[in-house]
Amino acid sequence: MKFLARKLAVASLALGLAVPAFADPSLLNVSYDVARDFYKDYNPLFQKHWKAKTGENIELKQSHAGSTKQVRAVADGLEADVVTMNQATDVDFLAERGLVAADYAKRYPTNASPYTSTMVFIVRKGNPKALKDWNDLAKSGVQVILPHPKNTGNGRYSYLAAWGYALRQPGGSDASAREFVGKLLKNAPLFAAGGRDATTTFMQRRIGDVLVTFESEAELIAREFGRGEFEVVYPSLSILTEFPVAIVEKVVEKKGTRKQAQAYLEYLWSKDGQENAAQNYLRPRDPEVLKKYAAQFPSINTFTVDEVFGGWSKASPAHFKDGGSFDQISQVK
Amino acid sequence: MNARRANAEPRWVRLTLTAVALGFLALFLGLPLVAVFVEALAAGVPAYLSALADPETQHAVLLSLVIALVVLPFNVLFGVAAAWAIARFDFRGKSLLTTLIDLPFAVSPVVAGMLFILLFGARGWFGPWLSEHDFRIIFAVPGMILATLFITFPFVARELIPLMQAQGREEEEAAVSLGASGWQMFRRVTLPNIKWGLLYGVILANARALGEFGAVSVVSGHIRGETNTLPLHVEILYNEYNAVGAFAAASVLALLALVTLVAKTIVEWRMQKETAMLQADLPPEAVRSEA
Repeated sequence: MKFLARKLAVASLALGLAVPAFADPSLLNVSYDVARDFYKDYNPLFQKHWKAKTGENIELKQSHAGSTKQVRAVADGLEADVVTMNQATDVDFLAERGLVAADYAKRYPTNASPYTSTMVFIVRKGNPKALKDWNDLAKSGVQVILPHPKNTGNGRYSYLAAWGYALRQPGGSDASAREFVGKLLKNAPLFAAGGRDATTTFMQRRIGDVLVTFESEAELIAREFGRGEFEVVYPSLSILTEFPVAIVEKVVEKKGTRKQAQAYLEYLWSKDGQENAAQNYLRPRDPEVLKKYAAQFPSINTFTVDEVFGGWSKASPAHFKDGGSFDQISQVK
Repeated sequence: MNARRANAEPRWVRLTLTAVALGFLALFLGLPLVAVFVEALAAGVPAYLSALADPETQHAVLLSLVIALVVLPFNVLFGVAAAWAIARFDFRGKSLLTTLIDLPFAVSPVVAGMLFILLFGARGWFGPWLSEHDFRIIFAVPGMILATLFITFPFVARELIPLMQAQGREEEEAAVSLGASGWQMFRRVTLPNIKWGLLYGVILANARALGEFGAVSVVSGHIRGETNTLPLHVEILYNEYNAVGAFAAASVLALLALVTLVAKTIVEWRMQKETAMLQADLPPEAVRSEA
């Protein structure tokens, strides 16, 4: 009997952990891996704003993991009120399953992406191989570190950035872009499993001459490995990486949190939200805020996936699905 | 005689072999363990302590302990019942049951986790019904408990079956023939005989429950401060470039593992002593027939 009572006590403790207090409305934001710093700062800002506006306390919960894993979990029933991702492909996956509105990209300004980033080069201190632009990365004798283009967002953006650069060169065509990217990939001694893995390979194992990664990652690398260890190089042209956000329709309908979820996402475009992005080394959309932090964001020519590739829905099958351009190029290798 | 043969090898062979074994142990067990603590303390003790004071880390520790605490009683209950049925009785499907008990060992933990998603996920068999009645199993603590239960199920039964088979049913039959009720027999005869083996199984199951990553990762949903266990938290912190936080959390896991190892050694020692005593008490022919 005593044993049973103890077991019941433990079980109710576990249930207490499982079922949060229902007094205040709560939102669950399911997000990608490295967005934690951003939302750790953003959530208190929104809580303050919401309290001032409506007098309501709101509980904000975060879930971070690899983005593809995250959207899969949402599709399998993880009750996210909002998803904040680092690539449209992942939100498209939810839109295809009816969890997110099909026109989610039009529900918020600037393609539903409150901030952007771009792909830059990290080189060893003093830039010993004098790497200035994408074409330097395709030269022989240069080792390029990037995550696997087929199954990581980071790698896909790097691949498309190089492809788009080649297309925009004088006389550029699909054929010349394919050849250029092929040469660049031949310089990759390995494909890292993810963004973090690529960074560790380059910074800790000291393999390679250049690491291709997000501009925002450069700051994280500086905090982790020290500022004197590397230099950031901005190529003449790069890709604009977008971070789409969306409401999960089915969940807010069920939980009755549409109003709060909408406000939570809208506030990302407010001055406070934009400043917070800049402080986390993500490029704000607001021109005034961007100007204020201009020192930290050198101007760079960029193109979007929509402009050059007609959106992810076309770029993914053409380049990264089985038999796409990546498979063809890497088989030649 | 055995002792003399073991000493018959030349001295240098023995020394080399010992050195190789010790070196291997140091390299593959000692060094990683030391590295965990060195990395955790890399930024100094205050940084280590504040990493441990992080509410999300503390919640992860608590959640891991709660899951283990809920899972272990079930493991004891089912493990003893299964071992008793298998060791004491002959019935149809006995070998099938034995195989089923081993199933969690054979199945990859990730597959085990996916199995629960197939059953309870939004697109799974029971998913629509569960969501209609607002039960949350997957991506909540109940799902994580289920997954851990599945993974740790064999430990107690596997530990007890050979023990109970070796002990035989004579003592229990004697108890019953002297008029003991089923419960009295279990409490006074069966339980004292298996207690160290049972404890050993519980310790192993506990270690696995605390350390389980794959299955739990699939069903957790990674909600911070809610469904994040200690091993999951370590991975997340590491992916966030928070090395001190990750290794501080890992050091808690390592400490729990060390406690488990010490407990395991004590129990093993007690078990050996008990068996030795048991055999000394028995007449010689009983020892022989058991062996």
